Amino acid sequence: MLDLHGYGPRLLEGAGVTIQLAVLSLALAVLLGLLTASAKMSRNWLLHRTATLYTTLIRGVPDLVLMMLLFFGGQIGLNMITDMLYDRFGVDWYIDLNAFVAGVITIGFIFGAYMGETFRGAFMAVDHGQIEAAKAYGMGSWLVFRRIRFPLMMRHALPGLSNNWMVLLKTTALVSVIGLSDMVRVAAEASRATHEPFTFLVPVAIIYLLIASVSEWLFARLQKRYNIGFGER
Amino acid sequence: MADTPIPLEVRNIKKRFGDTEVLKGLSLQARKGDVITLIGASGSGKSTFLRCMNLLEQPDEGDLIVHGEEIHFKQTRHGREPADWKQVVRMRAKLSMVFQSFNLWAHMTLLENIIEAPIHVLGVPRKEAVEKARALLDRVGLTERADAYPAQMSGGQQQRGAIARALAMDPEVMLFDEPTSALDPELVGDVLKVMRDLAEEGRTMVVVTHEMGFARDVSSQVIYLHQGLIEEAGTPQDVLVNPTSPRLKQFLAPKY
Amino acid sequence: MEPLNQWLAALLEGNVIFTPQTLGYYWTGLVTTAQLVFLSLLVGLVLAVPLAILRGSKHRWIKLPVYFYTYVFRGTPLLVQLYIIYYGVVFVDGIQQSMFWPILKEAFYPALIAFTLNTAAYTTEIFHGAIKATSRGEIEAARAYGMSQGLTMRRIILPSAFRRALPAYGNEVIFMLHASAIASVVTLMDITGAARFVYARYYAPFEAFIFAALIYLCLTFMILYFFRYLEKRLLAHLKPLNGT
Repeated sequence: MLDLHGYGPRLLEGAGVTIQLAVLSLALAVLLGLLTASAKMSRNWLLHRTATLYTTLIRGVPDLVLMMLLFFGGQIGLNMITDMLYDRFGVDWYIDLNAFVAGVITIGFIFGAYMGETFRGAFMAVDHGQIEAAKAYGMGSWLVFRRIRFPLMMRHALPGLSNNWMVLLKTTALVSVIGLSDMVRVAAEASRATHEPFTFLVPVAIIYLLIASVSEWLFARLQKRYNIGFGER
Repeated sequence: MADTPIPLEVRNIKKRFGDTEVLKGLSLQARKGDVITLIGASGSGKSTFLRCMNLLEQPDEGDLIVHGEEIHFKQTRHGREPADWKQVVRMRAKLSMVFQSFNLWAHMTLLENIIEAPIHVLGVPRKEAVEKARALLDRVGLTERADAYPAQMSGGQQQRGAIARALAMDPEVMLFDEPTSALDPELVGDVLKVMRDLAEEGRTMVVVTHEMGFARDVSSQVIYLHQGLIEEAGTPQDVLVNPTSPRLKQFLAPKY
Repeated sequence: MEPLNQWLAALLEGNVIFTPQTLGYYWTGLVTTAQLVFLSLLVGLVLAVPLAILRGSKHRWIKLPVYFYTYVFRGTPLLVQLYIIYYGVVFVDGIQQSMFWPILKEAFYPALIAFTLNTAAYTTEIFHGAIKATSRGEIEAARAYGMSQGLTMRRIILPSAFRRALPAYGNEVIFMLHASAIASVVTLMDITGAARFVYARYYAPFEAFIFAALIYLCLTFMILYFFRYLEKRLLAHLKPLNGT
């Protein structure tokens, strides 16, 4: 790796932060997305409404504003809770909202809403007859989900999932604004210090393109796997 | 002979969709080795009746007894529901259904389709399940297609595969929901042949069908449904050869 | 005006954070955001049309550079693009001596340039997709009536492609509105910038950011309804005849 005025190793570390952040956020987003999709398809009125409110609000507000609200507001909210715990029960607790955790939670929370829409569409695209067949053969609901509904759904969800991942990856850049040292923040700092913005920011752009290209390839392979058995007669 | 429980008994099944009552109190008893065919015009409720037997539709009223075990129901806000879903799951494993549109799982090969439920529902060891599946594939004439995906097979092959999948469960009763209606005419014969063989070896079957030849040759009992009620029931001879109801006579009259 | 001011003053009385002054910041922020988004979308749209046509060219040396441009701008974060332009603009030879320097020195123009290039890249791909989806039959019919390639593009392909691209373009407009929030990172006083200022001054994150979020939410819904209306007007011909 190039030395880059001594910023090379830090930039590399920053790239690590970016990737970790993106992958963990994705995991959280997928989980929230599945929950949201189930809530939206549920016949429970309250669940349905809550999920709709969640997806509408999240998709109507910029990521950065949500991130700041959750990060700056989250710390104050936590402090209020810990203060209350101290007053009421004498429990002395202080939780410091770490920027990395806040980033994962915020990005996961934001993309959970998008994933929810993706999964809902994909679940609805699954042939109902195949689910009925599974039920008719005595599969319980968890087994139906795990063995039949989920794999069938994934085929429809993958294009949307891949798209969301690409957007999510770029969204991680925003955590630099709330103080997390991802590669964008390191590069911006280095640019200001050395007055050589291109030296740092262009490599960062290239790393993003590389990650995107590798993911694109991986998703194409996954899609091939999940496409097995569909329309290749 | 020992007193073996009756494989399937349903009593006074009623079902409403919105304001229309589609099943107005239907009963049926399938003893071991019975082949019961349900016939009737479309909209007569025969498919809904069949789907009530394994609770893919929830009957609003009526009793369901599978292999001597009565299914418990409870009233909820959304209507009547089974009280114990575990019981339903257990019951369904004893009744395997063959669907009009095959409903083979698209992401699995034919062999995987057949071993799926035996392994995960019945807990059969994988090796044993595979052996049995291969034998069943031989039986339905699909030895070569074990590793094909449903989308790569013709409709007739898919339906025979689906029958093998149903057989792999060693079901007490096999439920057939218009198994040949979605097939091209030239493929119907193979599927009917497999079903005739099953009837001959003494399988208990409940079949919804439009194939009158099959009903006449194979059934032990034919039930004619009209607007959610049993209009006529009896041996094929009684129902198909000497029908009494004018509606049934009209239904059986050649259409061309 | 006077009764309105009184009404406002009465409403805000006793409210520490939302004083007429802070509301003024939000208002300035709204104007800045609107300018940034509107101008970048407008210029981006003008750039995207020819680029989309070139992107579909048969000649490799025409289509590849356009593809490279869209790939880079769609594959990297807007924030990185903004930083490169914001920090990099000083290094353009002779720019500090030129007459444009006083305006380029401000954060507004680098942000506008970054946003424009970004939205132009996305819009190019949207239009390219829509052009590609034009039915062959319609094109062949045009050629059969003796229309030239250019005329076919202008009279047949583009009008139908624009209509087909409308829903996707509506999403792009909303995306741009949301993306514009990062202008605050380079010290611009847009809506988010105003919220950050209010937050820093009063240490009141909930009030500051939720108020900004509500403004964005309103704008998002306005754009959404505007595009629904446009779609209804312009896509009426795609509906089945007896549809309601």
